[in-house]
Parts: sequence; structure tokens; C-alpha cells
Amino acid sequence: MPVLEILEYPDERLKQVSTPVEHFDADFQRFVDDLEETRLAGPGAVGIAAPQVGRFQRVVIVDVSKMRKPVSNHGHLVLVNPEITDWDGHAMGREGCLSVPDYTGNVIRAERIHLSAQDRHGAPIEFDMEGFEARAVQHEIDHLDGRLFLDRVVSRRSDVFRRKVYKKS
Amino acid sequence: MNDWIMLTVVGADRPGIVAALTERLFEAGAHLGEASMMRLGSSFTIMLMVKSEAPPGTLAGLLEPLARDMNLRIHVDPVEGGLHRHLEPDVRITVHGADRVGIVARVTGTLAEAGLNILDLESDVGGSVAHPIYIMVIEGQARHGIRALEQVVEPLRREGIEVVVHAVDTLIG
Repeated sequence: MPVLEILEYPDERLKQVSTPVEHFDADFQRFVDDLEETRLAGPGAVGIAAPQVGRFQRVVIVDVSKMRKPVSNHGHLVLVNPEITDWDGHAMGREGCLSVPDYTGNVIRAERIHLSAQDRHGAPIEFDMEGFEARAVQHEIDHLDGRLFLDRVVSRRSDVFRRKVYKKS
Repeated sequence: MNDWIMLTVVGADRPGIVAALTERLFEAGAHLGEASMMRLGSSFTIMLMVKSEAPPGTLAGLLEPLARDMNLRIHVDPVEGGLHRHLEPDVRITVHGADRVGIVARVTGTLAEAGLNILDLESDVGGSVAHPIYIMVIEGQARHGIRALEQVVEPLRREGIEVVVHAVDTLIG
């Protein structure tokens, strides 16, 4: 299985919106394997999206099950045509990207999401996710819509006054 | 050859300082690197990495008219270093409490002993004139682990300083 070439910002193709996967054929299965191989070759990437390797189809891989400090997770996930159908809360966390070397920044994401998708063979799947796993899925789905975390970076100052503080008033 | 310069600029805040300064540097053929610019009190402050073929003295001379026009204090210092040398923080510490003398020394001294290397610190004084509050956000590396930091902040909490240690797990995706 080959490691695919990662597109790096400011490559215009990273802004392209990906199209739904319709054929779960042998070619697609091979691609998913190559995409996983590419993720594992990266420096500690917990996720990867097809457009990062120049294939503009709605498929991402997320796996936060091997973190040094364990987090809530659903194991190794291949998510085809994923859609976030509900979300709740927000939290700030630090993100980087295989497509944006030597830069990390703080990004606000939903804390909990409900996700509908298909597995790599086309069967429908659904998950309730939270925390780091929910963040990873949101980061990868952004790629499918031509968006990078750079579009969402905020100053750390935004984190100082948490919602708890606002509620006092 | 390392020809990076750290440019320090301080002056009464007004619109247009950044635009005027960077335009002058652009005309001088200088490249800009990483920067921190913000309003502190009623001053505007700039720390800016500049790479220039002109020697520091020449660059200072080029900026002299701007300093005069906008009433800015400008320092030009050659520095070691360069781009692409980021260190990744693995901890964020938020601190707040009633403002009082020595709070920064108390908190940062305690954290330094427990292995904290500060990469970035922002602090502010809010509240009212009668009851000022101090707020600080630190990002850094916990060289002896996050547990070590959590343990030493406990006594600070008993002194009425709210200190929260958050692990920062950078997501790469």
C-alpha cells in the first residue's frame, strides 16, 4: 500500500468541496487502505480526510483510541459521507494539520456531536461523540467542505471568560 | 549568517502605527517574521522579528523619521534565532484573583520550580478601580509532567488565587 502525497497549504485544492461517495467498490476499498497508510505515516495524526491527498470524495478516517492519555472514543473509524446532525456545548483546543506544517493554533469546536455516516462498505452508522474524538471529526469534516482549522483559529484570550463566568450575571 | 533583528516599538496608541511601520520596513526591503503586537494600558506595543540586509544601525536610521512623526520609541537589536523553531505547549494555566502585589511572582515562581517553561503569557487587569482583578493565561511546557504542576497550585488556591491547569493535547488531523 503506497503512502500518498499530502497537499499542503496554500494549495488551492484544499479549498475544494468534496462530493459524496457512491461506489463502495474495490478501487474505493484500496483508496481507504492507502489513506490509512498515509495517516499512519504522518507525525501522530489522529485523523485524515480524502481531499488532503487530492481525492475529493467525502471520506475521513479518525482514530483517537491510541492517545497517551486515554480519551472517550469509538475505536478506529472510517466515516463515509459523514454528517453532524446535532451538536452541543463548545470548547477550545489546540489543533494542527498534516496539510499545515509547523503551525498549531487554538480552535473552538462543539463539545458533543451526533454523527450519521456510512461505513467503508456503505452500511449506515451513527455515533454520539464528545471531547477529543468529536473535535477530530469536526476537523476532518471541515476538510470535506474545503475548510482548514486556520479559518477558525482564535486567540487564547477567548478562553479566559468561560461560560460559567457569564452565567453569574 | 543570521541577520534577524528584534524590533521593539512602544508609543501612545493611535490608529495606523502598524500600517506606517510595516510600510516603512517594506520600502526598506525588510522581511517580517513572528510578532506580538498589542495595546497595553494606553500604549501600543510591538515586538517584531525583522530580517534585513541593512545593518541594525542603518535600519534604526530609516525608522527615525517615523519615530519622530508618531512619537514612538523604537529599539533595534540583533538576535539569535529564526523561523520554524516553534515549541509546542502541552499545558495551559489560567489564573485569576483579586489583584495584589506579588501575585505574578508567587504563581510563576511556584510553577517554575515544578518544571514549567513558559512559552507565552498574557495578563490583564480587569474589575473596577476599587476592586481590580488580575487575570493571566500561560501556555508552556510541563517538563516534569502536568501532575507536578497540579500539585503545587493547590496551596495557591488556599491563598485565594484561582489557578487551573489544563492539559493541552494538540490534535493533528
